[in-house]
Amino acid sequence: MSTATSTPSRPSAGRALPLTEGSLVQRLLRGALTPGGAVFILAAVLFVAVVAINPNFGDPPQLIRFIGRTAPIAIAAMGQYYVIVSGEFDLSMGAVIATQVVIAGNYIGQDEGRVLPALVLMLLVGAVVGLVNGLGTTLLKVPSFIVTLGTMLALGGLVRYLTGGAATGNPVDTFREIGRGGIQDVPVIEVLPYSVIILVAIMAGGVWLMRSPFGRTIIATGDNPDAAGLAGAHVWWVKTRAFMLSSLSATVAGILLVGYAGVHPSVGAGYEFQAITAVVLGGVVLGGGRGWLLSAAAGAFALELLFSFLNFQEVESTWRPTVQGVIIILAVAAAGRAWSLGRRPSRTSPPAAPAPPSTPAHPGTETGEK
Amino acid sequence: MRRKIHRAPIAVASALLLGVVATACSTEDPTDTDSGSESSETSAPEESEESPAEGGEQEWFDQAVYDEQYEQRSATFEGDPETPYLQYIDGEMTDTSEYKSNKAGKACFANASISNPWRQTGWITMNQQLKALQEEGVISEMETRDAGDDDNTQIADIDYFISEGNCDAFIISPNSTAAMTDAVERACETGKPVVVFDRGVNTDCATSFIHPIGGFAWGIDTAEFLVDNLEEGDKVVALRILPGVDVLEQRWAAAEKIFDENGIEAVDFFTGADPTEIKTFITDELNKGEIQGVWMDAGDGAVAAIEAFEDFGADLPVMTGEDEMSFLRKWEETGLTGLAPVYSNFQWRTPLLALQKIWAGEEVPKEWVLPQTPITEDERADYLEANDGMPDGHYAKFGGEDLVGYPEVWQERQIP
Repeated sequence: MSTATSTPSRPSAGRALPLTEGSLVQRLLRGALTPGGAVFILAAVLFVAVVAINPNFGDPPQLIRFIGRTAPIAIAAMGQYYVIVSGEFDLSMGAVIATQVVIAGNYIGQDEGRVLPALVLMLLVGAVVGLVNGLGTTLLKVPSFIVTLGTMLALGGLVRYLTGGAATGNPVDTFREIGRGGIQDVPVIEVLPYSVIILVAIMAGGVWLMRSPFGRTIIATGDNPDAAGLAGAHVWWVKTRAFMLSSLSATVAGILLVGYAGVHPSVGAGYEFQAITAVVLGGVVLGGGRGWLLSAAAGAFALELLFSFLNFQEVESTWRPTVQGVIIILAVAAAGRAWSLGRRPSRTSPPAAPAPPSTPAHPGTETGEK
Repeated sequence: MRRKIHRAPIAVASALLLGVVATACSTEDPTDTDSGSESSETSAPEESEESPAEGGEQEWFDQAVYDEQYEQRSATFEGDPETPYLQYIDGEMTDTSEYKSNKAGKACFANASISNPWRQTGWITMNQQLKALQEEGVISEMETRDAGDDDNTQIADIDYFISEGNCDAFIISPNSTAAMTDAVERACETGKPVVVFDRGVNTDCATSFIHPIGGFAWGIDTAEFLVDNLEEGDKVVALRILPGVDVLEQRWAAAEKIFDENGIEAVDFFTGADPTEIKTFITDELNKGEIQGVWMDAGDGAVAAIEAFEDFGADLPVMTGEDEMSFLRKWEETGLTGLAPVYSNFQWRTPLLALQKIWAGEEVPKEWVLPQTPITEDERADYLEANDGMPDGHYAKFGGEDLVGYPEVWQERQIP
């Protein structure tokens, strides 16, 4: 697949691709006004707000720990991004995380020799769940909302069966190091958590993936599956792979969470909705076809910053979820406004010349950035 | 503190709502250790009828029950301390001569759930006790129905037992206080012995109601320990499972009162026992400033709380957890100043032993209050040694050391 296939299906086709024009500063400014870019501003504002009420938070060692603990949800959000941008939903994420956490606790136990087999097993389970979700959605034509709801319930039942609904013991410490430990004695930040390294690696891999033919196809498929199919894409396989990426992301998040938190059946609860919220906050359009991978990750950071902000504000525990919910709605609404504001200049400006073929857009990988 | 100003009406309403949700669909809420003094005067519905305006912190607080449990902590218990599951505080006894029987009877057990490690441990112990009594020819069989934390299911379970169970006695561990009252009364009307344990119901028709001292006693033990080991003005983070469940609320109500009176600053969080949330809350609090103490309304997740301090590089807090092995082990390993409050897990043996007495025609306490003594640092090593090889979710005061299958059955932790 090349960009030629995906470009015609973009709404901006036939018109200029304004995001790729102008100087770097202009492009950055324009990008910041799109929902995918606005989330970075939102995250920055929240960060400033948090540091303002609690200066300790800005210390590099604390900051890197914060990034480390946000890594699982950011990874989950990026996984969810693939599914959402291809036009589907994945509700099974939290259940996948819980399953992986319980597998780690039950299978590894205190046996060091089982760490590697367990990792293989967990990735395998993740891939199979994604495959089931994908094939159910594409070949059986069941809406993904229902398929993944089904896998969510099925996995939830499995977890209850394996644990009786209660915590089992934690796995051996070497396994937990992945999510809990880090490289010690790093200058400035003291410790570099492994979870941060894994997050950066997954981000880099994700950006590369979204610039590859597969990435282009996935956006095209989300935007218009029929057109993508006519253009030669195997829509069912593209979507299935998106689901597998999502489940595998949930698996990685689960591995990190076992280390960070330990084994409990409630680990991962609500992650699917946090991930979807992060993706939406990142300006990714529900229904597919538009949005930037790293905006989803930024959405996750904005969410976690919001939660920390509320912790620091000592909002009362009983109605904290209400405050969170209202702020999320406002944030998404604001992002929507930013989108329309970001488009306004293009209405008044004369139609630009067609983009030169030498500077193709990179749908899904940038919002007219850097 | 502003958190108190907000409460009042909204909090009452939301607490009740959440309570309903919690009992209706709780899959992971370790309503664990529950109810203490679930006597009728503290049940949720009645509380809600009180004027919410004066509500504030007082919604779940009941001075009379608080005082009673305060006294019971130092009360003298009848019976041999070697068998704490048979001890009781002297009081009204039920005459059971009418139930005297020479043949083995069938027990029917309506269980709320086994969805947390505390209930699982107790359930294992109960099954081993059952085996012992079956060998003695006291009980022929026990039919158990697990309500899965659902009031409606449990009502149906009890009604099934009444109409088709062919039961010679009922054992009921209620899922919630008010909702189960009518069903328990229907069981009483059959004229067969009814033993209620753990959480209570709003009726005294049961032959015996078995429970440890209660939630206020837990709150008093833990909060007094923290006050003794902290200075005025110190900060305590209170980790709570969820709002609206009376038994957990009573633990917190007692503790919060004591913190207030002694100038300890307490911030509470609802964690759902999710270790991720626990770690996040504590890390954020540590970011804000020093924390000198951690209080928990149930020990589930205690290890995550300690790890948050370790990962942050902060001094370990003075802390109260529970007698769950994971906490006892982490407590010893880190050497922090701590206390393990106990919601006596051995109470799961008592209902079957009560049936033995009832069918023998011996009198049993109408309200069978079992001892509830926290594990202190001095006793910790003994309990760790006694429970060596037990899994992390095991409870030190499970009280089944003399039963068949000890210790393998508990070590394997195969849920029957």
